[in-house]
Amino acid sequence: MAAAFTVRGLVKRYGPLTALGGVDLDVEEGELVGLLGPNGAGKSTLVKIGCGLVRASAGEAYVCGARAGSAEARAAMGYLAELFRFPGWTTADELLELHQRLAGSAGGAEERAELLELVGLEDARRRRVEAMSKGMQQRLGIAQALVGTPRFLFLDEPTSALDPGGRRTVRGLLEELRRRGVAVLLNSHLLSEVELVCDRVAILSRGSIVAEGRPSELARPHGVEVDVGGGTRLFAGAGREEAPRIVAGLVASGEQVYGVRVLETTLEEIYLEAVGDDTA
Amino acid sequence: MRGVPVVVGYALRESLRRRVFLVVLVLTAAFVALYWLGAQKAFEAVDESEPPPAAALAGIDTRTLTGATLFGLSMFGTLFLGVVLAAFLTLSVVRGDAERGLLQPLVVRPIGRAALLVGRFLAAAAVCTVYVLAVYGANLAITWSTGSWRPDRIVEPALELTAAVAVIAALSLLGSVVLSATANGIAVFMVFGAGLVAGLLGQIGEVLESDTLRDVAEVTSWVLPFEALYQDGLNAITADTSGFTEFALQLGPFGGAQPGGPFLWPWTVAYLLLVGVAALAAFARKDL
Ligand SMILES: Nc1ncnc2c1ncn2[C@@H]1O[C@H](COP(=O)(O)OP(=O)(O)OP(=O)(O)O)[C@@H](O)[C@H]1O
Ligand SMILES: [Mg+2]
Repeated sequence: MAAAFTVRGLVKRYGPLTALGGVDLDVEEGELVGLLGPNGAGKSTLVKIGCGLVRASAGEAYVCGARAGSAEARAAMGYLAELFRFPGWTTADELLELHQRLAGSAGGAEERAELLELVGLEDARRRRVEAMSKGMQQRLGIAQALVGTPRFLFLDEPTSALDPGGRRTVRGLLEELRRRGVAVLLNSHLLSEVELVCDRVAILSRGSIVAEGRPSELARPHGVEVDVGGGTRLFAGAGREEAPRIVAGLVASGEQVYGVRVLETTLEEIYLEAVGDDTA
Repeated sequence: MRGVPVVVGYALRESLRRRVFLVVLVLTAAFVALYWLGAQKAFEAVDESEPPPAAALAGIDTRTLTGATLFGLSMFGTLFLGVVLAAFLTLSVVRGDAERGLLQPLVVRPIGRAALLVGRFLAAAAVCTVYVLAVYGANLAITWSTGSWRPDRIVEPALELTAAVAVIAALSLLGSVVLSATANGIAVFMVFGAGLVAGLLGQIGEVLESDTLRDVAEVTSWVLPFEALYQDGLNAITADTSGFTEFALQLGPFGGAQPGGPFLWPWTVAYLLLVGVAALAAFARKDL
């Protein structure tokens, strides 16, 4: 089966500005990939090309094997834009119904009820969009993206307006999507969130991927910290495999060992190192 | 094109919910009432007063003169209101909606951009057609009941007004692809105004027998066929009127209208298709 999303040598120029300078990226079937990067790095541009909203200057993008922007590609994906608005006069239920029609989904009232429950809006079914808070609209946006059970989802900062409870709901939702085999490309500035849910992260800076891999692969050992009778001792630069030797050495020299921690670089440190001075 | 009916339904519901139809209904009722009052008083004056001696001498039929002038005015009013409706239903469909983030969730759906634009056009055209025909019909009934005068042709002018408004809707949709809502609204009304002015220049040109003015009007009619349609419709309401009554009418603001000729309808259809293709091509290439 084709990868959920594939990008090869993708370039996007806006006049003299190069928003994407030759990006390669794969999101495998059922995989959850986090796309990180400073403001203006090109994350939304990449997603918009994938959705067919923006035309690439060069390179190729495929969604579930179909050329990005084609009807097949659009039928296979769901999208939550970074900046979106739904018409104020629709209710949550009507909006989902409209998208069911546009997507050709035969899910009916059952699908709508399930989606609203999934994002915690089951009580706002009849509420008009104009009477919803920003966060409620974002939840509705996520529900809208899931209409028609897409195989692949583009979520461009889906939690930017959510309260901590809402963020947690979305985390749970992403895990549920993973169980269902839906692949996701998630743009976010919330590193801790990405670290918690994503299988893989890619870091984009000035239109290029500067780091990519599983969070655990990207992490580098930072040192080993051991609690001994006299306090805490840090063995800087040591990794996990050296921990037994360190502990054995301490025990042999007569120390009492109460705890051992392997320290690794956090995603934040990896991120800041990868983007260097590109901080907006 | 499976998605077209969905988009049409969405557009109609949007107008309904945003009270567009309500506002239109109330204000049009006011316009029609005003026309009724005007027609009533005008025909009363025709019935009560003697025609000016010169007119009587020349055999000018003051009832026809009054009826045709009033009805010409009502056609201008209908066209204007239809254009307002067409413009506001379409002026922000692409760029305006995209800037507000309303468009993106819709166009990423499999129905595609072409279906979205076609659906929007059909919805606007349908609403405007019903509207123009209703207002035209009301004015016709008023003119007949207050003055026992009816235009020489009834169906033709109605269809031409409808087509003129559809042309404006198409131009406004094309404009909406490249221009933001405000700029497009201004552009549409300025184009409309320019077309009308060119038509009036042509009428003056007829009276003064100025070739230059006639040429300006001619070229404008091709470039902006809503103007030619409107003129042809005006011309048709007194198609069978002749003699000094016709001459007197030509001196009035609505009487000197030029017939469109045999190419008017084919060109209107071709024009709508050309504008449609241009709009679709521009929309297909647009980054949103
Ligand atoms: N329509 C446009 N015209 C011109 N330049 C644009 C346009 N859209 C984006 N850009 C530029 O392209 C670059 C990438 O923008 P993009 O929106 O992809 O960034 P991003 O990584 O999503 O940033 P953020 O985290 O702020 O959302 C930026 O420099 C931006 O100014
Ligand atoms: Mg962005």
